[in-house]
Amino acid sequence: MTRETTYLEAIREAMWEEMQADESVFILGEDVAAYGGAFKITDGFLAEFGPERVIDTPISEAAIVGAAIGAAHMGLRPIAEMQFIDFIAPAFDMIVNFAAKVRYRTGEGAGLVIRGPCGGGARAGPFHSQNVESYFANVPGLKLVAPATAYDAKGLLRSAIRDPDPVLFFEHKFLYRRVKEDLPTDEEILVPIGKARIHRPGQDLTIITYGAPLYKAEEAAETIASEDGAEVEVLDLRSLRPLDTEAIVESVKRTSRALVVHEAPRFGGFAGEVTAQLCEEAFEWLDAPIRRVAASETPVPYAAPLEDAHLPQTADILAGARWLLSY
Amino acid sequence: MPSLSKDDLEHLYRQLVRTRALEDRLENLVRQGEVTGSLYRSLGQEATAVGCAFALQPQDWLAPASRDLGACLVRGVPPLALLLQYTGRAAAPGRGRDDSLRFTDPERGVLGSVGPLGAALCVLNGIALTFKIRDQSRVCMAFLGDGATRTGAAHEGLSFAAAQRLPLVVVIEHNHWAFGTSSETLAAVQDWTNVAKAYGAPAIGVDGNDAIRVFEAAREAVSRARSGLGITFLVAETYRMKGHAQHDGQEYVSENELRRWKERDPIQLLEQRLLEQRLFGAEELGAFRDEIDAELSAAVSAALAEPLPDPETPGSGVYAAPDPADIPWTRDLVPEHGFIKVKA
Repeated sequence: MTRETTYLEAIREAMWEEMQADESVFILGEDVAAYGGAFKITDGFLAEFGPERVIDTPISEAAIVGAAIGAAHMGLRPIAEMQFIDFIAPAFDMIVNFAAKVRYRTGEGAGLVIRGPCGGGARAGPFHSQNVESYFANVPGLKLVAPATAYDAKGLLRSAIRDPDPVLFFEHKFLYRRVKEDLPTDEEILVPIGKARIHRPGQDLTIITYGAPLYKAEEAAETIASEDGAEVEVLDLRSLRPLDTEAIVESVKRTSRALVVHEAPRFGGFAGEVTAQLCEEAFEWLDAPIRRVAASETPVPYAAPLEDAHLPQTADILAGARWLLSY
Repeated sequence: MPSLSKDDLEHLYRQLVRTRALEDRLENLVRQGEVTGSLYRSLGQEATAVGCAFALQPQDWLAPASRDLGACLVRGVPPLALLLQYTGRAAAPGRGRDDSLRFTDPERGVLGSVGPLGAALCVLNGIALTFKIRDQSRVCMAFLGDGATRTGAAHEGLSFAAAQRLPLVVVIEHNHWAFGTSSETLAAVQDWTNVAKAYGAPAIGVDGNDAIRVFEAAREAVSRARSGLGITFLVAETYRMKGHAQHDGQEYVSENELRRWKERDPIQLLEQRLLEQRLFGAEELGAFRDEIDAELSAAVSAALAEPLPDPETPGSGVYAAPDPADIPWTRDLVPEHGFIKVKA
């Protein structure tokens, strides 16, 4: 049995099912209760679960994350929503100095989820379009996940809610209603944190990516298959920390070429970490330098032509892949 | 409400003396190089932390600020545990991973802070929120220095706590100094009880150097919190008699001002009261001090006899379960490149 489910519905279902199964799970954030969430992800939750489990907060991201940490200390399983992931900045201190370090410093863990819509393509300007993963990737104690499919969104969010450590869940708003999949309704969807997934197999080049660019990478791979006769493997990282180094290395050892793609700017971006790990663990297998395709070094601009020029496009991935294949 | 019994007063006196004596010991350990980082003394303001914590019940929680060692002692944290923490021993509550009062003791209801001020209040809110969700008769108490009230985190945390009607007592320790800047310079606030108005909450002002008055005010605030009336501020007027930390000689404070506040020393004030009311004789008080001295001497020796943490300890405990990134690091393989990860 399957049912067509959007990426957004998958996120909603994951929370709904976890809240039904475990009454220690609760949601807090801005406009999540009475309004049902800025993207209506938690629409109907207040009526089902009541005001003590679906909590409207002041516009105070630090207070939201702080309260989630304290509740986690007491054995609850909070899901803290950032209305847009850009607004995680005011909670930075709570995340990197408190949530991430508290288990190491004190022995008391903080199992909480901080989730919110990330990413560009929605013509939403510099403060509703960012990808913030690399701000947090350098912080031991955090887990970072960035699903690209509805299946993974549902399965990873359920794992994140059950995880005993703080998980930052980056859901890409461009995918909310564009990604639709037939998800099984008669089995529990649970995706482990820390495992990558081969989205499209191939033997000539590996494109390593996560989040929305997965679909552009797939498009580029199809074009190369039909026009160049080469088979590109697309590896969807799904989790950024812990990183599935094993899967990355295994794939690149087979293909000997690696292109890392993400939507955040290139400088200091997550692709740097992937590249470094490949240099350390697969250098002898490489037939070409590792290349990166990422956003340009500006804030995410508002107007459509500017945003399109800023974000990595299929043509950029195609050009990078062809450069590598002909190296 | 009943006033403090003779036993309570003895306990209050002992905790004030213990706080100061333990900090004296810590100051010596700084000189000996056994305590590094910073020691933030509460000299002259001990009555605020001790008196407030005294008003809590065992099931309650508090979040001490930097100068609330006395509150930890009142919660029952043993001096040995604090000495192990400050000297970075393996057996410390923080296992040598963090210093000072930045440890969490769930059994005694003590939430450790982090470096940036105001953050612990936001986390304490989550504990208070859990009490409220579970309909428990439990209260949280947050300590904020006057400096810490200026942080964004404090404002966000106070807004959240007030809006949620959390069972929270917020103690503002108005000790007149934030590091090397006077509270008059960093805030336009004249009457610090007015801060509460922004959050729609009541405030009780109290002489922070009078341990009994502090206790009575805190008891009222705690009682409000426990009966579901939401947050209450307690503003304690006191004075930081030392510099910010050991490196700070406090040259920016006038001697007159220090002399004036020394006359209002919280331990002397309580001693006078106890002697005047003939509850205890001078000899009895002296015997309490000697007992505390012996207790702390033993604790210092015991702490220093404990080993420092082993840098090669496998499994760093950053995550709940061993993680690929959570394995030991060593310099052995390529020393010229610094650390390298070694697969177990």
